[in-house]
Amino acid sequence: MMTSLDHLADSLQAKAEHLGIHKFDIYGATVDEISVQVDRGDPKQVKASQRSSVTVRVWNAAQQTVGVTSTTDLDADGLQLALQMAQEASGFGNPEHMPDFSPAARDPLPMPRWETPPQAPAALLIDRLVEAEKALLAAHPAIKGVPYNGLAQRDIDRFYLNSQGSRRQESQSLTSIYLYSKTEQEGRKPRSAGAFRISRSLADLDIAGCLQEAADKTISHLDYQKIPTGKYTVIFSPEAFLGLLGAFSNVFNAQNILDKQSLSTPESLGQPIASPLLSIADDAQHPRNVGSITFDGEGTPTRRLEIIQAGILSHFLHSARTAQRLGSQPTGHANIGAKVTVGAHFYDVYAARQPDHPYDLAQADQVIWIDDLHALHAGVKATQGSFSLPFDGWLIQKGEKISIESATVAGDFLDVLQSIIYVDPQAELTASGVCPPIWVEGLSITGE
Amino acid sequence: MTSTLLRLQELELPIHSHTFSVARFDESWRDPLSKLLGLGRAAGADLIEVFLERDHYISCMAEEDAITSIAPRLATGAGVRVFRGESDCYVSTNDLSFAGLRTALEKGLSIMGLSLPDPHSYVAEVNLELLRDYALHRGKDLWLPACSSMQEMGDILLQANRHLGQLARHVQSRRAVYFRDWQEVLVAASDGTFARDIRLTQSVACHLLCADGSHRAAIGKRIGDTSDPAFLRAWDPEADATEVAEAAGKMLYADYVESGTYPVIMANQFGGVIFHEACGHLLETTQIERQTTPFADKKGEKIAHPSLTAWDEGMTDAAFGTIDMDDEGMPAQRTLLIENGILKNFIADRAGSMRTGHPRTGSGRRQNYTFAAASRMRNTYIAPGEYTVEDLFASIDKGIYCKRMGGGSVGATGQFNFAVEEAYLIEQGKLTKPLKGATLIGEAQEIMNKISMCSQDLGLAAGFCGSISGSIYVTVGQPHIKVDAITVGGR
Repeated sequence: MMTSLDHLADSLQAKAEHLGIHKFDIYGATVDEISVQVDRGDPKQVKASQRSSVTVRVWNAAQQTVGVTSTTDLDADGLQLALQMAQEASGFGNPEHMPDFSPAARDPLPMPRWETPPQAPAALLIDRLVEAEKALLAAHPAIKGVPYNGLAQRDIDRFYLNSQGSRRQESQSLTSIYLYSKTEQEGRKPRSAGAFRISRSLADLDIAGCLQEAADKTISHLDYQKIPTGKYTVIFSPEAFLGLLGAFSNVFNAQNILDKQSLSTPESLGQPIASPLLSIADDAQHPRNVGSITFDGEGTPTRRLEIIQAGILSHFLHSARTAQRLGSQPTGHANIGAKVTVGAHFYDVYAARQPDHPYDLAQADQVIWIDDLHALHAGVKATQGSFSLPFDGWLIQKGEKISIESATVAGDFLDVLQSIIYVDPQAELTASGVCPPIWVEGLSITGE
Repeated sequence: MTSTLLRLQELELPIHSHTFSVARFDESWRDPLSKLLGLGRAAGADLIEVFLERDHYISCMAEEDAITSIAPRLATGAGVRVFRGESDCYVSTNDLSFAGLRTALEKGLSIMGLSLPDPHSYVAEVNLELLRDYALHRGKDLWLPACSSMQEMGDILLQANRHLGQLARHVQSRRAVYFRDWQEVLVAASDGTFARDIRLTQSVACHLLCADGSHRAAIGKRIGDTSDPAFLRAWDPEADATEVAEAAGKMLYADYVESGTYPVIMANQFGGVIFHEACGHLLETTQIERQTTPFADKKGEKIAHPSLTAWDEGMTDAAFGTIDMDDEGMPAQRTLLIENGILKNFIADRAGSMRTGHPRTGSGRRQNYTFAAASRMRNTYIAPGEYTVEDLFASIDKGIYCKRMGGGSVGATGQFNFAVEEAYLIEQGKLTKPLKGATLIGEAQEIMNKISMCSQDLGLAAGFCGSISGSIYVTVGQPHIKVDAITVGGR
């Protein structure tokens, strides 16, 4: 593989010199994936894809600007055209925002811990998914369908190289399943719920756990009731809390902060922004992160970064440019592009300390458990800090779970962080990180 | 359909290489695609479809008084879809050489339990129709070079940002963004389909974030076009900046809406997101296949208030969801969805039609070559009614006026929701104060019967719709409408 990367680097170098380009970098990925869906025992659609794309950045020394182009044409002509277009685009770059190579682009990388297993054949994926669908339909007479289901495998090869000799390359393989079942009962509204699992290979995939969770959740929503509108103590499931955290990640995203698209400012660093019970890290190398990567889009090695420690905002996520502008170091969170963006990899949310009197779900009363937040793309005003979101969940009455027919939760994200009253010690694995249930007091719930 | 018999050995064609800047999808593709489709049919597939795409996309963003991003993106790719019975397989690739396409076909066939015929067997070549070239309409081949240059994009966006800065108070950030998506597609299928089109989609938007202490307001406005290379030049940035600045000023100190159930008036244009989410998605055959629509068996029955008539079509000039042909090569149509409350038609693609029996409506759409086409909306709107806007307001003692809507979604049980960016309290038929933080939620079947009044001022708005076949450009629209009662989530 390195031979082909070296070949690509040599080829680009020659083309760049021909065009008078002396400084460039390139980030790319090749994805080979297959996914299946089934419908009542039969395959419905199988999708397979093998595709590549690269993003080229070209520095314009005279104007102190950078131009960018991305392309799927990886033959000689396609790459030359991409370099030419990037060179043209560099004429319109902004000198104030010109990025440079990451100073860490040639630092040693952590050793990859995982082998890339061979992909399973489509027929086997279909068989496994048909079995799961059948088992889910058999779990309860009210479950009449599994309208959303899928089993997918994805192999990804990523690379980064630049004209100063940085060469990065790695491969990863992911396998995932989702099952989303729906109920129908005479005189009752249809109900639905689902579950998701991800692993490095089909052999490791917890299909049984996904099936069980989807069935349990769906069945638990069969008997539902309306709840009165009011203020409640709310328990966010790990998935729900991480969904909200991701939607408001501008709080610790240095690019958003510099763009004034954040609830934070550079001066927020070191300030208390959350309950002292809460700590949050981002850790691409987390042992439970099946999608672990070792370098970002600028070639910077990834590492664990404490974002919030005992309620104190302790670090921002940085690219090379944001780190330079804010007097910090790149943290391995850059996504290459015309404007380099910054994003988290894998959250690790944990309790900074335990309160004197831990909360117990078995003793909870008139507490709302939010299992799944919907329509985050619509109901979150990230730069305002507010949200108003429909959710699936239960009312906990004397430890008993009662499904909520339909409701929304509304609030201010920074208020949510400050109003955390309990961080459960037991973290659960989700697709976007590990997180325990988070208890928050005084949130507005609209029911009936 | 007549066929030509060929020896498979004769299909060893030279590799077709294509350079983005000069190549085009034209008659020269007939021969290799006919052979490819013939191979698929000979292997035992019931239907084969090949979708070729070339995309030239560029986006530009101005922040404050600087251009901070100009991002060209070039993409070429193909998708090969293999049908066997009611099942299908879709394989996509970046490799548009004949060898690359044949490899994709072979993979698709293999997944469906089929294999290419023996090299010595005879293969029936598919006889494709005369190329239906929609790119010949309206001078589409000349569209791309007539669009704004990078320099012009930057100049116009900076002008918009200057207006925002001059017109708004308590400005925290100003953004203007533009994109141009030029797409050339070619569809060939073993039923003889052979059609080409060029699409040009452009959109420009300005966004304002205002902050004063703990008060914050974020407001944006987007417009879009699908047929005018001079769209950006013709844009009036001052008018949109004025509208955005005024809205942000009103919403900055607005109270959060008090949750509850209210009668609601929804403004025209993007207010149509209510129909898009609450009903439009549920009329896609994709939803019938999944059994996730309550309307599956309701054709010919009353599903909405008698005041409501709704259309989905791909033919309104320059509208954001307008297409001359869909991504399966079928000409766009005008589809009556609901007439006076009665369900008339569903939105169907090829596979949806095959699996549900509802006729195709030219609605097979996809984001790009990595997705198989699916039944998707185009320009979807509620038809104008008989009332004036004043009639609607006069009918409400206390309610909410939703002037500017955000996005929304609909779930597997027909429960929908969408956000409101700019709202006002209605008291005794008058707007009394601005409100923010509202989300509207409801059940599709219930809400369709509560749209009791439609005014005469139909307006359309550009939007994006994400679903099974990716993110596509759509129009939502409606006149001002009154919903008798809907749950408003707030604080």
